[in-house]
Amino acid sequence: MKIVEGNLYTKDHEWVKIDGNEAFVGISDHAQHSLGDIVYVELPDVGDEFDKGEAFAVVESTKAASDVYLPVAGKVIEVNEALDDAPELVNEDAFANWIAKIELSGDADTSDLMDAAAYKEFCENE
Amino acid sequence: MGKLLRSALFEVYERYGGTPVEFAGWEMPVEYEGLVPEHNAVRNAAGLFDVSHMGQLTVEGKDAEAFMQYMVSNDVAAAGDHQIQYTHFCRPDGGIVDDFLIYKYNKDRYLLIVNAVNVDKDFAWLNEHKGDFDVKLENLSDQFSAVALQGPKSEEILQQLTDIDLSAMKPFRFQDDVIVNGAKALVSRNGYTGEDGFEIYLGNDDVVALWDKLFEVGKDKGLVPAGLGARDTLRFEANLPLYGNEMADDISPLEASLGFFVKLDKESDFIGKEALKKQKDGGLTRKVMAFELKGKGIARQGAEVVADGKVIGFVTTGYKSPTLGKVLGKAMLDIEYAKIGTPIQIKVRNKTIDAEVVSSKFLG
Repeated sequence: MKIVEGNLYTKDHEWVKIDGNEAFVGISDHAQHSLGDIVYVELPDVGDEFDKGEAFAVVESTKAASDVYLPVAGKVIEVNEALDDAPELVNEDAFANWIAKIELSGDADTSDLMDAAAYKEFCENE
Repeated sequence: MGKLLRSALFEVYERYGGTPVEFAGWEMPVEYEGLVPEHNAVRNAAGLFDVSHMGQLTVEGKDAEAFMQYMVSNDVAAAGDHQIQYTHFCRPDGGIVDDFLIYKYNKDRYLLIVNAVNVDKDFAWLNEHKGDFDVKLENLSDQFSAVALQGPKSEEILQQLTDIDLSAMKPFRFQDDVIVNGAKALVSRNGYTGEDGFEIYLGNDDVVALWDKLFEVGKDKGLVPAGLGARDTLRFEANLPLYGNEMADDISPLEASLGFFVKLDKESDFIGKEALKKQKDGGLTRKVMAFELKGKGIARQGAEVVADGKVIGFVTTGYKSPTLGKVLGKAMLDIEYAKIGTPIQIKVRNKTIDAEVVSSKFLG
């Protein structure tokens, strides 16, 4: 299982990479692996605003549809449109294939997010 | 919720990479390596499923044929000895109590393989209608385990573990008292995947050894363990219905597009016959049809179907078909829309996706 250093992680297996007042978000390698073959990603619309912990996208595997929750509050400023035609990219590389780029709403509350080492431990104990 | 049931194969799941989850009151694996690879293995080679959760009920006695004729909508007398027949228990109003397979030993003895979720309901239903029929009813579900070996390589794999000539066994036939891997078993040539295959019913103490042995002889032929996830996508692609999806106690077999199995012209009366006859004569108001999604997304069970600005039905099953790569589904549709080629729309979350009614023979 791949875990990228520098990203922050949620207990629901999303990752966020914060850079200034912007951030990329996606699902972790662990998440794509347990979902299995991803057949559809429902992307948010650019301009949509979400609270921290709110469902902003849906990832669907053959098995089931899973909500993806935003790790920090923000406004969608870009979506990864490549996933619209090739959702399997998330299986191939869940970190390179982010779902949305967001503009943070104020200072990001990251107090409950895990760094790579803590997330690794979290996955091992789950 | 009560304690979950575990099959005698529970201990093998983990050894083979499966994680059990709750299903119909049982703890069983949805997948091992993954749903799609398991699905493909069954289409191209072979997969092994634990189907011990299925119920086994027996009907025996000198009135067994008359009783079965009264209980089910198919014509039991039309089946030969050692033949398997698909049928339904219907309610007086025509709704489906359960769908199941009848294994007919002879006119005096039947084994019913029923859905796990309905075992108790079915057994109670049989007892409730027993009346003066001279029959003995038994629920043997606890006493048997079962595996389904499915896929084009099934015969080749299973033949290594038994002396009977499997090539002589026709589809929808069974043989009892067969020695498989040294243990006494009932072997039938059927399944729930649309592929060739066998179901093997045997004692709880013999099933783990059989499971391991099948992998010993079948692994190099591509045999993989397969879970409930692949079982559902496989049956769906093969146009096989599932109780709780295409069928329910408020859906009749005619509405479920299973009229072929309802013998309204059989001599015997059966529970629901009058209601079904009336439904047929008066014309159906709704019917299960297949659809293909034209827009992006996946339409799953429960999604609303809309057309002409109104709700005209609901999705009963929907998947991106692993074999065909198309997004397909089944839906209960108001009868005026239940025609191949009709444009419909499916509501998925806050989106409305274009779809079209298509033939249910997905695999051709």
